[in-house]
Amino acid sequence: MSNNNNNSKLSILTKGFFRENPTLILVLGCCPTLAVTTSVTNALGMGAATTFVLLMSNMLISALKNIIPDKVRIPSYIVIIATFVSMIDLLIQGFLPSLSASLGVFIPLIVVNCIVLGRAEAFANKNTVFDSLLDGLGMGIGFTIALTLIGAIREILGSGSIMGFQFIPAEYHILIFVLAPGAFLVFGFVMAAVRFLVNKREEKKKHCAAE
Amino acid sequence: MDKLLHISGSPHVHSDESVKKIMWSVVLSLVPAFLVSVYYFGLPVIILTAVSIGCCVLFEYLIQRFMLHQKPSVDDGSAVVTGLLLAFNVPSNLPIWIMVIGAIVAIGIAKMPFGGLGHNPFNPALVARVTLLIAFPVQMTSWPVPTPIWGFADAVTGPTTLGLIKEGGDLSQIPTYANMLLGQMGGSFGEVSAIALLIGAAFLLWKRIITWHIPVSFIATVFVVAGIFHLANPAEYVNPFIHLLSGGLILGACFMATDMVTSPTSPWGMIVFGCGCGLLTIIIRLFGAYPEGVSFSILLMNAVVPLINKGFKPKQFAH
Repeated sequence: MSNNNNNSKLSILTKGFFRENPTLILVLGCCPTLAVTTSVTNALGMGAATTFVLLMSNMLISALKNIIPDKVRIPSYIVIIATFVSMIDLLIQGFLPSLSASLGVFIPLIVVNCIVLGRAEAFANKNTVFDSLLDGLGMGIGFTIALTLIGAIREILGSGSIMGFQFIPAEYHILIFVLAPGAFLVFGFVMAAVRFLVNKREEKKKHCAAE
Repeated sequence: MDKLLHISGSPHVHSDESVKKIMWSVVLSLVPAFLVSVYYFGLPVIILTAVSIGCCVLFEYLIQRFMLHQKPSVDDGSAVVTGLLLAFNVPSNLPIWIMVIGAIVAIGIAKMPFGGLGHNPFNPALVARVTLLIAFPVQMTSWPVPTPIWGFADAVTGPTTLGLIKEGGDLSQIPTYANMLLGQMGGSFGEVSAIALLIGAAFLLWKRIITWHIPVSFIATVFVVAGIFHLANPAEYVNPFIHLLSGGLILGACFMATDMVTSPTSPWGMIVFGCGCGLLTIIIRLFGAYPEGVSFSILLMNAVVPLINKGFKPKQFAH
């Protein structure tokens, strides 16, 4: 990881997109994934807020990793994460009140999102500040991609619209996709599809390497 | 060459039973109920049933052929049974595209992802029915009034018996026992005629495809619990006979709960399974948000079948 070549830096950033996607491959942060993906707008808002928190907390934790005593590291991480969550929560309340109303309690709940704590524990406290920044950004983008994908499918099928723009008449809406069972179904199928594609690519790579 | 002795390991005695035979017997046993539905609800019943069966078979074939790369086994008839039972569980004025979605759910979500016939923990037709009920609450609960003539006279919709009771409607509108036995009541089109369903169930019992344990314990539990509530407070809780003949109880107890794949294997296990289904059904009917609970209760009990099987393991021989 301490390798300074650009390629490995890039791979720290991009591994979160699909290969180690926090939601679809590592299956972390399921609660917001299932709860807020009823529309693309909500998914993007949630993804952006989480990305900000991930980025900032990863950087700060990485910078403080030698100062924080090992025994109290989890509470310290939580304090750091909670600080950034409070900031983003107040910002959204102040500038995007409608988004704040539709995301509700799930913004404050980013504090206990296991992606944020997981990256702090698994990556930020072992790596440099810059690497942690890349990792947080990549994971945040991966989370946003997953949420937006699920949100788009659920919004199109459930409410017949995308970003609030309605294009399917109301009688063809499939209510289940707005409700919790639809969230589980779409989550499962998106996860299966992404894993299928990722595995296929890895196999191809292995195949090429063997030849 | 025909003098050669065939030597093989046991078993040496075979019955001529096969998956194919069982499935086609089940299809045959559902024919009386189908004919009654056609009589009461007309042409849409035939169209919906054909679409449901056709789509189930088609999707199973496509998934096996192009996604799993297996030899398609649609000729075993299990997809036909799923399609038929799914069609029996919808109102006859359901739009055809919703029926197609139901078939996708039954085969593409409830059956094939678990490994196909014999591996699905939940009854595919019921999963599809419940999914449709949650996905299309309006279309799935507008019940055409049965009109015993050939035609398209399904413009008039009316409540089901259980819907009437749940919403506290005019109880004098509840159909007579004779009508409920024959099938002249609102409801999903396959569930209306108790007599036709019981004829089919008797055929399956005679063929030994199902045993009495699940249907009897299921229906008896509903009857007894409903009876206790009726005796305790006749003003609030209706006669247990109404619970017996209305809704999908007989269809569910005889044809859905007895699905070999998703029900327990031992006799005592089956009785526990049936009692659990009955108890959940009557709890949902009397106190739940939905007027009917047969499909939910069977699915919930399907989930505990592995536990029941573990608890009621048959004793090993000579132990």
